[in-house]
Amino acid sequence: MLKITNLHANIGDKEILKGINLEVKPGEIHAIMGPNGSGKSTLSSVIAGREDYEITAGHIDFEGEDLSDLDADERAHKGIFLSFQYPVEIPGVTVTNFIKTAINETRKARGQEPMPANIMLKQMREKMGLLEIDSAFLSRSLNTGFSGGEKKRNEIFQMAMLDPKLAILDETDSGLDIDALRIVSNGVNKLKSEKNAIIVITHYQRLLDYIVPDFVHVLHQGRIVKSGDKSLAHELESKGYDWLKEEAAL
Amino acid sequence: MEALKDKLESSFLVLENELNGEAQSAVHALRREAFQRFLQMGFPSKRHEEWRYTNLKPILKPDYRIFPKEDTSVEFKDIKRFFLSDQDTYKLVFVDGVYSSWLSETTHQGFDVCTFSNMLHKYQDVSDEYFAKALPKDEALAAVNTAFAKEGAFIRIKKNITADKPVELLFVSTDHGHEIMTQPRNLVVVEENAEVTIIERHQSLSESAVLTNTATEIFALRSSRLNYYKIQNDNDTASLIDSTSIKQYRNSSVNLGTFSFGNKFVRNNLNFFLEEEHTESTLDGITIISEGQTVDHHTLVDHKVPNCYSDEMYKGIYDGNAKGIFNGKVMVHPHAQKTNAFQQNNNVLLTDKASIDTKPQLEIYADDVKCSHGCTIGQLDDEALFYMMSRGIPEKEGKALLLYAFANDALRNVKLPALRKRLNKQIANKLNVNLDFEL
Repeated sequence: MLKITNLHANIGDKEILKGINLEVKPGEIHAIMGPNGSGKSTLSSVIAGREDYEITAGHIDFEGEDLSDLDADERAHKGIFLSFQYPVEIPGVTVTNFIKTAINETRKARGQEPMPANIMLKQMREKMGLLEIDSAFLSRSLNTGFSGGEKKRNEIFQMAMLDPKLAILDETDSGLDIDALRIVSNGVNKLKSEKNAIIVITHYQRLLDYIVPDFVHVLHQGRIVKSGDKSLAHELESKGYDWLKEEAAL
Repeated sequence: MEALKDKLESSFLVLENELNGEAQSAVHALRREAFQRFLQMGFPSKRHEEWRYTNLKPILKPDYRIFPKEDTSVEFKDIKRFFLSDQDTYKLVFVDGVYSSWLSETTHQGFDVCTFSNMLHKYQDVSDEYFAKALPKDEALAAVNTAFAKEGAFIRIKKNITADKPVELLFVSTDHGHEIMTQPRNLVVVEENAEVTIIERHQSLSESAVLTNTATEIFALRSSRLNYYKIQNDNDTASLIDSTSIKQYRNSSVNLGTFSFGNKFVRNNLNFFLEEEHTESTLDGITIISEGQTVDHHTLVDHKVPNCYSDEMYKGIYDGNAKGIFNGKVMVHPHAQKTNAFQQNNNVLLTDKASIDTKPQLEIYADDVKCSHGCTIGQLDDEALFYMMSRGIPEKEGKALLLYAFANDALRNVKLPALRKRLNKQIANKLNVNLDFEL
């Protein structure tokens, strides 16, 4: 589904990603871990199509197509979703209007008719139940004055509504208390299928107790320095990142 | 400018000659007095403090015809699009400054929705009491309008009556193959504990330059409630100079909204005079303009007495080489204690060539007051745009949503659903997207 080959990316003159290789197949959950400043968020932004980054070498293929010429919205239309670490507050745009616009613009790009209002509403109710979201939430301004937990639930709610093929969850666990973490993880697990894939970007192992990865990769100084199964996450939790840094330095 | 001044001078003589018996009336004495004032003042130039940022010269240059030939070729189908849809309203339609009875829907049942000329002829007590009593004496363009005041809307809502339908005022200019100038004059009196909603539009059906120099006087008597909305969405050869002055009396509440999307040039001189205590006034504005357009808002809220509340919110979005001006004056007189006066003006410039001159001007001479003002000039938030795009919303639509979100606070006092819908649609059109903003 996603194939990243020798990816180098800069912000300004600074090289952040220094040769990433990663392959994600349908049905898989990949976790990307690593210390602060290792390039985790850059990787997610580059996949989603943020313009601040320049790809200097390598490429990202999604379902066999090179993504480099596609804008962020076009990547979304292909089925890529990024859950933001810091979802943006947009006063004046309601959650409903935002989601409705996102869904119908995506449908338009795919040559489909707008989704009938009653079906949209039914789906919203269903997904709200999944994430234990109150209906008053829909008429609030997007992320404005939301608590950390509400913002992250809103991200996963959008993911549920947009039904992406590849979801990248960037530090979804940050700012969540244990109840919110459970609700968000449950939501993600229910949305998981054999057809879609998830990349979980996290600093800590605790999210991976809920969303169990098939593969764990450790990012350090812009490279994946180690890959393994979920036991690698436990190892990192107990030993920290220092031993890997040393190993990478050798 | 001098040519137009000369032309107005000879036209004023023509007007006087046509008056016959009316020439001795009190109204005409006010006209003459106003015209003398105009002759002394002349048209304002950039040397005037109030016109520093706006050059009227090019607007006054064309060879306008002051008394266009009457044109009756306008049919309802030509102007239907300017009215609200799915909303029953009273309508006053004027074509080239002349009242069109067959395009209008008036009433005298319990209140008056009729013409200014009708008022002059039938209700001398009204003209004696209200005509030329609200507009400041030092505005040259308002003085010209007063001098030529013949026709426009007269709306009087009588004591304790709530108008059963909103009133729409439509002033159309038609194509005569040359430039024309019209000077509509409106008078609105909302009597004690009465209520009405009024929507005003000026629309040119002509490809030639049109200059509309309109003036409106509004009297909101005790405990009255008025919603007054101006939709300024004319074509790109039309210029509008609008002088509106409002006098408010005890416990009255006035919401005035100015929504500017069209026209080559617009100047709004909007004055609120708070005559008695415990009044509420809101002034809202949304301006969205692009290449070749100028919109200049000059507002005054004159807190003459204690215990009044005013709140002003103007939002502007400027594309291409559009030019915006906002000059918001709030005057709090020495004894106007317990005044609450708020003002904000927020602007987004979409290009390097667009400009906004914004000047909040608070003059506060009382010490026990709550007053605030703020103005901002910014660009679109790239992070918010990326967030939208990452959800599949294309750049153009994402920008439009963000701009709508930026501006729509200023729709806070638009309660009439048909008008809200219309304004949302006009904003979407102006931002060049097909989106339903409000859900």
